[in-house]
Amino acid sequence: MINKGSKVMLEVKNLRAEVGGVEILKGVNLTVHAGEVHAIMGINGSGKSTFSKVLAGHPDYHVTGGTATFEGKDLFSLEPEDRARAGLFLAFQYPVEIPGVSNSALLRLAYNTLQTERGLEELDPLEFEDLVHEKIKVVEMDPSFLGRSVNEGFSGGEKKRNEILQMAVLEPKLAILDETDSGLDIDALRIVAKGVNSLLTADNAVVMVTHYQRLLNYIVPDYVHVMDGGRIVRTGGKELALELEARGYDWLRAAA
Amino acid sequence: MSTVLNNLVNQPYKHGFVTDIETEAVPKGLSEDVIRHISKMKAEPDWLLDFRLAAYRHWLTMEEPAWANVSYPKIDFQEIIYFAQPKPKKQLASMEEVDPELRRTFEKLGVPLHEQKIMAGVAVDVIFDSVSVTTTYKAKLAEVGIIFCSFSEAVREHPELVKQYLGSVVPSGDNFYAALNSAVFTDGSFCFIPKGVKCPMDLSTYFRINTEGSGQFERTLIVAEEGASVSYLEGCTAPQFDTNQLHAAVVELIALDNADIKYSTVQNWYAGDENGKGGIFNFVTKRGLCKGVNSKISWTQVETGSAITWKYPSCVLLGDNSTGEFYSVALTNHLQQADTGTKMIHVGKNTRSKIISKGISAGRSSNSYRGMVKVGSRAIGARNYSQCDSMLIGDRCEASTFPTLDVQNTTATIEHEASTSKIGEDQMFFFAQRGIDSEEAISMIINGFCKDVFVHLPMEFAVEATKLLGLKLEGSVG
Repeated sequence: MINKGSKVMLEVKNLRAEVGGVEILKGVNLTVHAGEVHAIMGINGSGKSTFSKVLAGHPDYHVTGGTATFEGKDLFSLEPEDRARAGLFLAFQYPVEIPGVSNSALLRLAYNTLQTERGLEELDPLEFEDLVHEKIKVVEMDPSFLGRSVNEGFSGGEKKRNEILQMAVLEPKLAILDETDSGLDIDALRIVAKGVNSLLTADNAVVMVTHYQRLLNYIVPDYVHVMDGGRIVRTGGKELALELEARGYDWLRAAA
Repeated sequence: MSTVLNNLVNQPYKHGFVTDIETEAVPKGLSEDVIRHISKMKAEPDWLLDFRLAAYRHWLTMEEPAWANVSYPKIDFQEIIYFAQPKPKKQLASMEEVDPELRRTFEKLGVPLHEQKIMAGVAVDVIFDSVSVTTTYKAKLAEVGIIFCSFSEAVREHPELVKQYLGSVVPSGDNFYAALNSAVFTDGSFCFIPKGVKCPMDLSTYFRINTEGSGQFERTLIVAEEGASVSYLEGCTAPQFDTNQLHAAVVELIALDNADIKYSTVQNWYAGDENGKGGIFNFVTKRGLCKGVNSKISWTQVETGSAITWKYPSCVLLGDNSTGEFYSVALTNHLQQADTGTKMIHVGKNTRSKIISKGISAGRSSNSYRGMVKVGSRAIGARNYSQCDSMLIGDRCEASTFPTLDVQNTTATIEHEASTSKIGEDQMFFFAQRGIDSEEAISMIINGFCKDVFVHLPMEFAVEATKLLGLKLEGSVG
């Protein structure tokens, strides 16, 4: 296992959270450094997706205990939009459709909001057009998608690629990919993975939430965590994912 | 469910003040005597009194329509003040003579009363309660032969024109509220564009109900002669009262050969509070007659106010090759109810109509599109395109669509598209996760949803409409 010795980006300690009065997270610990790729695996209902939504600040989920810091800031004291502006990005498991709002208008507003936050110049529509046409190559999407309403009438794979396009434009410090691989055929998976890989640098980090080892063949994690019953029950290197693929989750659940 | 979805609806109504101005009103209630009194106060000719009385007698035999998808307590028509006007009533030659209190009111409303402030050369007629307070740019318009004045003045100065066209599109017995209006209407705007004249500026009327318990029954009549064209704007507000107020207007448009009338409305009557108390009952009859060949009438409306809206701006396409258009955004919030749409009646050959309706419902409101496309047996080659989109914000509101097609001609081409979309917490969370706050997100969604309609509004109205919709929805979503 590699410890890159770089700065701590995300530090989650003993995180507990509930939704609709049911406690889902029961003490999660996780530390992510800049430059790292983490995979969180586990069966349905283990709490993986809840974990990503809690970090992003979904209003239905309530933190009941523990702490999370993002670059030293108390994450839970920030509104969802302020977490995003601080550089936390969530690629949604089920991207929503936004009728009437074009992809490029959304991207430009989001981009310029971040630019302002970072004390940088906003781009006018023409300058932004150049930028986004460059970025869209990352996910091999046709530029005609930019003029269409966000996700409206997109296939499942197109929606997921669109999430990665947003990631490419916004260049987050920490990207959480919530089951970005689900519903993708092998070609789309390869494109999405290539896109994510091309965005990785020593200064950002990725947390992938996934069921399957398949994605990890393309985006190779530094750490694999197994979540069960609202806790991380095992952490290992990329070989842990292969072991899970071969043996399933039951042996870990019994151990937990 | 979320606490978040409940917050965007709570923007206070900005125009809810009452102007403390002395008014002269007839006692409440309706009778032939009241009508005679109104007519006498306005020194009207006998033919107009006869028009009113005939309408009143017809109205007495009529039933209040119950088919609209709205519900409200029975209106007691004897509890309404049918005529109220600011005192003193005298002819006003310039802005300077307008009551300073009244001027302050319009300044608060953002109505550019002072001529020098009038942007982009919009001529404004202001109707306060029932009386036209001032008409600007009149002299300049008169140079090209355009008549733009209050309805009362038109009756005095141009009786032959009023007599010729009044009731020619909306007959006095057309429907319950049109009959009531015909009996008691007090003022309004009159606009006449003579043959071949393109009106050099937008014409505008601003309506305001001020007196508690008063109804507003204005009458607008626009005539565009052969080859004439005009763009007309209408804006409305009212103070905040706990009681409901009735607004029953009638608008008639007449376009002769090759004439073009564009009529735009931003309606922001007081809508009642978040519990549905108070607000305007907006029961309006608007209809345009494309009388001549190649004539065109285009309605654009942004309906955001009123407790209840009952309104169907329509076009009767009589002339061959005439065109009717209806572009509408109707937004309801809290407990507002809107039942609005249009009728396109194709009579002439090769007549075309287009309907774009966007309904936005939030809170616990109800928003219905009701439309009719009728193609008569002589309307060879008629075409209609209709698009009705509904957007639901939150999960306690309601949207309905009631399209009616009545086609008696096999050569007609009719297209109808409809969609429903929903803005909920997930959409708002998505925007937040991309760093966009809820206010910007709502404005982006609304603009995107309404852009097909907003492009048809005159520039300053489009800006106002965008702001207004944003304010109206503030706090209703995450």
